[in-house]
Amino acid sequence: MVFQYYPGCTLKTRAKELDRKARLCAEALGVQLEEIKDWQCCGGCYPVAKDEIATKLSAVRAMMAAKDAGTPVVTVCSACHNVLKRTNHDMQTDEVIRDRVNRYLKPDVPYAGEGEVLHFLEMLRDKVGFDTIREKVKNPLTGRKIGAYYGCLLLRPGKVMAFDDPENPSIMEDFITALGAEAVRYPYRNECCGAYLALEDQAITKKKSSAVLHSAKCAGAQEVITACPLCLYNLQKCGDDLPVVYFTELLFEALGLE
Amino acid sequence: MQRIGVFVCWCGSNIAATVDVKAVAEALGKEPGVVYFEDYQYMCSEEGQNKIKNAIRDYKLTGAVICSCSPRMHENTFRKAAAAAGINSFMVEIANIREQCSWIHKDKVSATEKAIILGRAAIAKVHLNAPLTAGESPVVKRALVIGGGIAGIQTALDIADAGFEVDIVEKKPTIGGKMSQIDKTFPTLDCAACILTPKMVDVAQNEKIRIFSYSEVDAVKGFVGNFKVSIRRKARFVDEVKCTGCGLCTEKCPQKKVPNEFNLGLDQRRAIYIPFAQAVPKVATIDADYCTMLKTGKCGVCSKVCAAGAIDYKQKDTFVEEEYGAIVVATGFNPIELKKYDEFAYSQSPDVITSLEFERITNAAGPTGGTLLRPSDGTHPKKIVFVQCVGSREDGGGCGKTYCSKICCMYTAKHAMLTREKYPDTEVYVFYIDVRTPGKSFDEFYRRAVEEYGVHYVKGMVGKVSPENGKLMVRASDLIEGKQLNIDADLVVLAAAIEPDQSARPLATMLTASMDTNDFFTEAHPKLRPVESPTAGIFLSGCCQGPKDIPETVAQASACAAKVIGLLAKDKLTCNACVAHSSEMLCNGCSTCEKVCPYGAISYEEKEFRMPDRTTRVRRVASVNPAVCQGCGACTVACPSGAMDLHGFSNRQIMAEVDAICK
Repeated sequence: MVFQYYPGCTLKTRAKELDRKARLCAEALGVQLEEIKDWQCCGGCYPVAKDEIATKLSAVRAMMAAKDAGTPVVTVCSACHNVLKRTNHDMQTDEVIRDRVNRYLKPDVPYAGEGEVLHFLEMLRDKVGFDTIREKVKNPLTGRKIGAYYGCLLLRPGKVMAFDDPENPSIMEDFITALGAEAVRYPYRNECCGAYLALEDQAITKKKSSAVLHSAKCAGAQEVITACPLCLYNLQKCGDDLPVVYFTELLFEALGLE
Repeated sequence: MQRIGVFVCWCGSNIAATVDVKAVAEALGKEPGVVYFEDYQYMCSEEGQNKIKNAIRDYKLTGAVICSCSPRMHENTFRKAAAAAGINSFMVEIANIREQCSWIHKDKVSATEKAIILGRAAIAKVHLNAPLTAGESPVVKRALVIGGGIAGIQTALDIADAGFEVDIVEKKPTIGGKMSQIDKTFPTLDCAACILTPKMVDVAQNEKIRIFSYSEVDAVKGFVGNFKVSIRRKARFVDEVKCTGCGLCTEKCPQKKVPNEFNLGLDQRRAIYIPFAQAVPKVATIDADYCTMLKTGKCGVCSKVCAAGAIDYKQKDTFVEEEYGAIVVATGFNPIELKKYDEFAYSQSPDVITSLEFERITNAAGPTGGTLLRPSDGTHPKKIVFVQCVGSREDGGGCGKTYCSKICCMYTAKHAMLTREKYPDTEVYVFYIDVRTPGKSFDEFYRRAVEEYGVHYVKGMVGKVSPENGKLMVRASDLIEGKQLNIDADLVVLAAAIEPDQSARPLATMLTASMDTNDFFTEAHPKLRPVESPTAGIFLSGCCQGPKDIPETVAQASACAAKVIGLLAKDKLTCNACVAHSSEMLCNGCSTCEKVCPYGAISYEEKEFRMPDRTTRVRRVASVNPAVCQGCGACTVACPSGAMDLHGFSNRQIMAEVDAICK
């Protein structure tokens, strides 16, 4: 199985471990991740604005590379995944944006959102299959109580992301169960961590993030996993002692790659 | 050569604001054959009609073109006026310059040009029009009511009262519908069962009414006055005639774990069951999905205990063919599924319930005997949060409905009020977008809930319900105070939007009755013909046409009955004059028309023809039954040899119109 891989900036700086372990896990599962040549930053939160064009271009470039390669693009970062999917959705559905982007980039064949974007978790669920993962687990995480934290970017807007039920998701719980651990469902698993407010008013992110971890703790979680570097940052900084790690850490450990 | 008059209507400013009506009249006046033209403010008014009548007499007109609104609106009016003035009513043509011109264009110059073109096409057609005479067809003086809820019951009773026979087809084992599940009714708080069950008994005892319970409409043929309906009577594995409704079988059946749909799955029933004590007909039904005998052949308890010998495990679905003059659709509604609304945790906690489930919990005949208890642990809830507009009034992007479900504000006020009255120590919150309580004594009712019963009405929506430690943490916004609320509720009640029953869409296809995008049946006119479908002979009763409360449903049901009685009182109906006819000389007997005809109006016959050489030959040719033909024109386009043609819409007439438009 070959996929185009879009790491994103954070995975090259703050979250190098997320990148390294995602690649090693993919390899162990028989998935070849080809890093897109000359990829650029997805643009962070800016491309999501309806009247933006310039900041959408790098996401479209990545999608076009995937279209040419004929395989979906896989990302691990929740934010990149959100930007790529939403930009691609704009290219499929918004005539004005499609027209302006194509006039900017002048590709040989105009791009109209033909590429497919997958989050690493979607790839595990839909392409590899949780059953296959279950078979390949060498160190089952038996007895561990793990809470999944989705945050907002993976799930919303629900119809565009088409990732899971935005109000009652289950993909990460199924992932945790496949690794042999016990998935703890708690009410705040799809609430916002405070996101970029960390730059402006840390008190807010602290409040939001501790509410998430408190909810997880009350439900009996001993650790929490996330897919998003920003969520991880906010949750780890909020002052709660509940351990928060990337979901790839668990996969890495369960596959016996340590 | 025809002598044609052109009459251009202003429709007040509806047409005249966008179309230069005088220019249209003058331009059309120059068309060949036009001997008179005139424009007038309201052509449909008595004065306007007199202008048409006078012109026909004074100028010896043989045809008329009215440039006005859609023919669906006033074709009949103008045809009658023409007939009164002595010309055949089919010599009148309408050029629709309102719906198809002035209402959809903004630029006066181009709209005027288009109006002239439309008028010119109508003139070209009138040149080829010929007088037509409509035939007559008899009326079967019986009505079918589909759906046995309060709407169907009321319509059936009223029709039967007028002396006509009525059959009710109900898909469930009993009539009664949603109203039978309700505890009390607003705004008077009288018991629903006390006012509904006597009506159900009236239906059962009425000699003119037959009930086909546990039955569905399988196929519909025919047309107004002459419908042929096939009714599938689903096997209930109990002989309806022999069963006395004693209920012994429903007590002895060993299969106890069947979700009880009458109580919305809040408790369980047996595999053989009578939905509720006052069911009509009071006959047991075996649920084939759960019956051990039907599934494995080993049990037979119900058969052993039945003293009447009514159990019949070998019963099969049977079909009944019946004829009716009119069909009433009364298929009702259902609350929407709440799977997609998990912000309210409906699928995560048994203590998040719908309003209909709340009705069952507070109903004396319900699973808790009428005591308000939480489904999870059977304790009294001390704090209840009601959420209105769940799935109603959403924008197009959401997963719910764009419309207002209309009944929720009132029943939520009722639930809140009754809770406070019976359990004064309970705190009750109602979250709303707007409180909409128009209706006789409705707003007073709502205000009583707030002012006398101390229900906390909060403007704002609930964002999240999270089950935590046996409580439901409700997070909501109070828009008036501008703050976020966190309520630790014991019970959350969701006022789910209502939608038409799932059986409505396939039924609409069978009846060729039109529906809107929400699957509500469309009425013939939203204001002036609210209980009739645009399809002749199909009538609408209750929520199948749009959300309604009980008083409104009953009023509409009676209105519907009045329309049905009006139809059944006639001995004969005037048929459509614009029917198809086949040229026997051109017909090659291929049967294409017979296959495409949706009304079964075309048959084939062997006919002897004399040939030019004086021999005779037998050929197979199409023949149209003019009483059945609805003039849809499907056969005329399908006929490969051009033998089939439609009176009033002949191929020549249509080509002349196209030529006039393209000139």
